[in-house]
Amino acid sequence: MARVRMIAAALCLSACTASVASDTALRVAPDFTRTDIEGQAFSMRSCRGKLVLLNFWATWCGPCLTEIPRFIIWQRTYGPAGLQIVGISMDDEVAPVKRAVKKYHVDYPVLMGDPQLAEIFGGVLGLPLSYLIDSQGRVVARYQGDADLKQLELQIKSLLPGQ
Amino acid sequence: MKSLNTLVFASILLSPSAALAEHKPATSIPTADLIQPAELAAKLKSATAAMPLILQIGFQNLYAQAHIPDSEYIGAAKEDAGLKQLRNRVAKLSKDTAIIIYCGCCPWSHCPNAAAAYDALHALGFTQVKVLYIAENFGDNWVDQGYPVAKGE
Repeated sequence: MARVRMIAAALCLSACTASVASDTALRVAPDFTRTDIEGQAFSMRSCRGKLVLLNFWATWCGPCLTEIPRFIIWQRTYGPAGLQIVGISMDDEVAPVKRAVKKYHVDYPVLMGDPQLAEIFGGVLGLPLSYLIDSQGRVVARYQGDADLKQLELQIKSLLPGQ
Repeated sequence: MKSLNTLVFASILLSPSAALAEHKPATSIPTADLIQPAELAAKLKSATAAMPLILQIGFQNLYAQAHIPDSEYIGAAKEDAGLKQLRNRVAKLSKDTAIIIYCGCCPWSHCPNAAAAYDALHALGFTQVKVLYIAENFGDNWVDQGYPVAKGE
């Protein structure tokens, strides 16, 4: 696991709270399949051709809940141009996740995470954590902690496949 | 479309659901009762230091990925079930037992568990309670520092 974490760490420009990978150490996002909390099948591979914002979050994470309303707006605004936001909850139980999704009107796929899924992304040992994955399936940025949402939105707009 | 988005955003921010993650902040814990990761790591390495009881009062999904060796999983202290488990675990201990609690789920000021567990132990009369100060998260401030880690349930 340490080695995988090192790979993930190599994606970070620095160890600051919210960091962005801008070096050339890109890698292909791990493929995985899951059933979302609505019972629909989800495959990371099916997102090829889209810009994916993969957001690890939890209902107990204040900064995560601050980000979600913005993500909902981005999905509606940039979805037609190829953005796909995917939420992965690291809650231990699905019930509070379903309640939050309903209250926030989250309309992008939300899956339940677990240690196995976390590990293939190098570990999810703090939230929020988001990966930006381009239309070729390459990880182009990793945002840990309180992300600068203005910067993130600018990066999303610059990478939209429908540009 | 833009005005619709603004309305949706405003309604979400003003909704009671924004209170989902409300909690007493970890910043309420006195600085004197914090222990820094480097200090605890040195203590774990020491052959002579008396070992405190180390309790993880965060979330199962995080503990399973990585935790401090020999630390015990209690459960999220923000939840009644986690607090009950914490009280049960310490019920038979002497009030001067050295206890270190930690979480590391998110940046310190946002941690929903640390203050709840600290307050509960103090209310029970424990006098030697320290809270591991994890500024950003357990990954950055413990695992990536090369401190000892175990994984599993």
